[in-house]
Amino acid sequence: MSFSTLLLLIIAFSLCSFFFSSSSAFKKIKSATSRPSALPKHYGQYSLAWTLFPAFLLLIVFTIIGPIYVDNFFKQQIALTEASYDKAKIELILAMIKNISNGSISSDEPKILKLADEYSNYLSKIYLFRTLSVLLLSSILGIIISSNINILKNSRVKVETFYRFLFFVSAVIAIFTTLGIIASLLYESLRFFALYPFFDFLFGLHWAPNIAIRSDQVAAQGSFGMLPVLLGTILVALIAMIVALPIGLFSAIYLAEFASKRVRDIIKPTLEVLAGIPTVVYGYFAALTAAPFIRKIGMTLGLDVSSESALAAGAVMGIMIIPFISSLSDDIINSVPQSLRDGSLGLGATKAETTIKVVLPAAFPGLVGAFLLAVSRAIGETMIVVMAAGLSANLTINPLETVTTVTVQIVSLLTGDTEFDDIKTLSAFGLGLALFAFTLILNVIALVVSRRLSEQYD
Amino acid sequence: MIDKNIDQLKRLKLRKNAEMRLKVYGILSISLALIMLATLMISIGLSGYSALQQAYVKLEINVDSKKVLDEKGGFSNQKALLVNWDGIVSNSFITNFPEITKRSEKRSLRALMSSNAGYELRQYFQKNPDDLDENITIWLSASDDFDQYMKGRFNTSVDEKDRRLSNQQLKWIDFLAMEKISKLKFNTSFFVNADSREPESAGILGAVVGSTLTLTITILFALPLAVMASVYLEYFAKPGRLTDFIEVNINNLAAIPSIVFGLLGLSVFLGFFGLPRSAPLVGGLCLGLMTIPTIIIASRASIRAVPPSIKDAALALGASRMQAALHHVLPLAAPGILTGTIIGMAQALGETAPLLMIGMVAFIIETPDSFTSAATAMPVQIFMWSDSAERAFYERSSLAILFLVGFLIIMNSLAVFLRRKFEKKW
Repeated sequence: MSFSTLLLLIIAFSLCSFFFSSSSAFKKIKSATSRPSALPKHYGQYSLAWTLFPAFLLLIVFTIIGPIYVDNFFKQQIALTEASYDKAKIELILAMIKNISNGSISSDEPKILKLADEYSNYLSKIYLFRTLSVLLLSSILGIIISSNINILKNSRVKVETFYRFLFFVSAVIAIFTTLGIIASLLYESLRFFALYPFFDFLFGLHWAPNIAIRSDQVAAQGSFGMLPVLLGTILVALIAMIVALPIGLFSAIYLAEFASKRVRDIIKPTLEVLAGIPTVVYGYFAALTAAPFIRKIGMTLGLDVSSESALAAGAVMGIMIIPFISSLSDDIINSVPQSLRDGSLGLGATKAETTIKVVLPAAFPGLVGAFLLAVSRAIGETMIVVMAAGLSANLTINPLETVTTVTVQIVSLLTGDTEFDDIKTLSAFGLGLALFAFTLILNVIALVVSRRLSEQYD
Repeated sequence: MIDKNIDQLKRLKLRKNAEMRLKVYGILSISLALIMLATLMISIGLSGYSALQQAYVKLEINVDSKKVLDEKGGFSNQKALLVNWDGIVSNSFITNFPEITKRSEKRSLRALMSSNAGYELRQYFQKNPDDLDENITIWLSASDDFDQYMKGRFNTSVDEKDRRLSNQQLKWIDFLAMEKISKLKFNTSFFVNADSREPESAGILGAVVGSTLTLTITILFALPLAVMASVYLEYFAKPGRLTDFIEVNINNLAAIPSIVFGLLGLSVFLGFFGLPRSAPLVGGLCLGLMTIPTIIIASRASIRAVPPSIKDAALALGASRMQAALHHVLPLAAPGILTGTIIGMAQALGETAPLLMIGMVAFIIETPDSFTSAATAMPVQIFMWSDSAERAFYERSSLAILFLVGFLIIMNSLAVFLRRKFEKKW
């Protein structure tokens, strides 16, 4: 039985046990002489939880572990039949066996056909076992719990404890996501660094992952020096910040300090529309409108502008970041206490002087935090650069030339058919780790700066 | 005394000027941002609106029913496979030009019809088998270059050798257009087809269904977890290291680049758990992990906005903490949570990078029909089209963008509307 049918079945079981338990609790409460400890629905929820969750967990465990277990078992089988096979060959045969048992390809080798037959038999046995055990667990627990309802026991407390546990688990998922990201990036990166020296990756000046054409040629690996890619990323992010910072900051200052409430109410949501536009749209705009436009201007000025210039990607990325900066800065400027402004105005300063000499210094830590968050966004932004920046890694700081970024390289290395053992695939995870570390550090600095430096005024 | 006064007045003027300047900078920046927004939308709108129309050619066709019907008189797919539909289409098309006899000319004439026109004809007879054996007039798609030329988007100033249409072909098209044999009509195939290699029959339906399936998984996965996590953090978490750590993690996850979630999905969901590639299930899970922090942050803010007196009143009347939270606080916080969820979903709908990582960027002709079948999503479709060589894909890309952005604006304004409507001052 498929995963979703099983899931629906155990949900149906647990609903049955809910109704059965609550109605039987209701009857017992009616005929009872003593006071019940909980409402009928709590008894229902209690047996629902017991019918649903253990079986659900079992289902998940089986679904995840089952195929892995079968794969390992068959790897051993293959290794037994042919001792000379190495690891890669075994993987290949296993993949073939899987495809044959799916019916998507066929083979004329009797040995492999036999294995494929065994494989599908084995798998269907595992699935049958899964179906039986899950249904059995669900129904046995459901029957036991719902037929043994004791209204003197307080099931509300039990149910609530269970809920609390469930809530706790949901909150902890945030930790597990972070851990999962770190673990998966580290795991794949370590495999990469086993193939390619760590310091060559970090400080190498040459990035050309696609050089290797045949595996037996000299310098077969291509070269994976990260610095040109990193420099390109920083260049694009720098251009973006040069565009976004003044526009975003001045907009925020005007909106917070000078604009009337009506203007503010119209302008702010309109600017936020910019923030709601998907990045792929900016990428489209950058590649098909902005880049040709900048190229044309460059040509009339007699400059040689690449059609995938860092300037086009960076400028459009800057437009994307404007609302991010303006809305964060607006909130920060607004949170500066009014008494500071009143004090300054009362001493005879003009509004502009108050803003520049009193409000902005007070808001400074928050603004730095917002700025760093924006930088981290610019560095992690993917679609604009994928569509508008180039693939070749040039070690240059000329904004009119083509540069590449970390995210572009990750996308170009991982789209298409990816093999997990390929050095190119693994190098993408190395870049991913660098990107993660970079943005994490920026985020932490932003947090620390805005917490440490900010003064308590009230 | 008077001198000093003049000096002061001068300085006052300078100070007022400085104030004016600051204001002007502000207004300039805001108008620059708005101009950029307008340029963006107008340039995409201008290049996209024309994709609403599509060049069709009127053909007169008669197909023998014996060729396609089985013994019982039903449409036989097997027989229909053997029929040369493209031949029928091009023969009928060539009858418009009786003077043409040379093979090479015929070939360049045939190239004006879409290579999918034969398939369209077959689909038509499959739906209307009664029209077999009769002379019917039917409108079939022209090729994408034909279409672009009729819309005036074909660059004729280029040297003939470098063009996709020769001068002769352009003349034929002018003739067809003058005789009203070809016409620009509403582009239905854009809305009812999935992706295709031929721009004239490529549509967004496949991507829309893919996005819907993906977002269904995202909301089923993210919303319950996020709401439970925020109730825990606001009502049950004891202040301490663990709680602090959870909060730091949530804030950090909200600021991590989306592509990293794609890497997580690639190595954990595909590599470790062995889930299928390109599936909405995996895409939805990745986007869900990405959206959870957004929803948690919004939900916590709106739970915190419910005054503690409500919880205290419930507790004083004998409710347990869980009952106070679930029966009294959560319903009052629901509009805020809903707003946060809509904003998170809008984010997820526009997100492309993680989907590229898990292989939802494949070329898929079928409309996906389950959570595990290969699919693509709206933004990915836009990305793929804008990467294509054919000019006609650009306008489709723009039109798809208009739809996506329109939908996102609707979602976001719904969120703003809900926030305004249910906003309570306690």
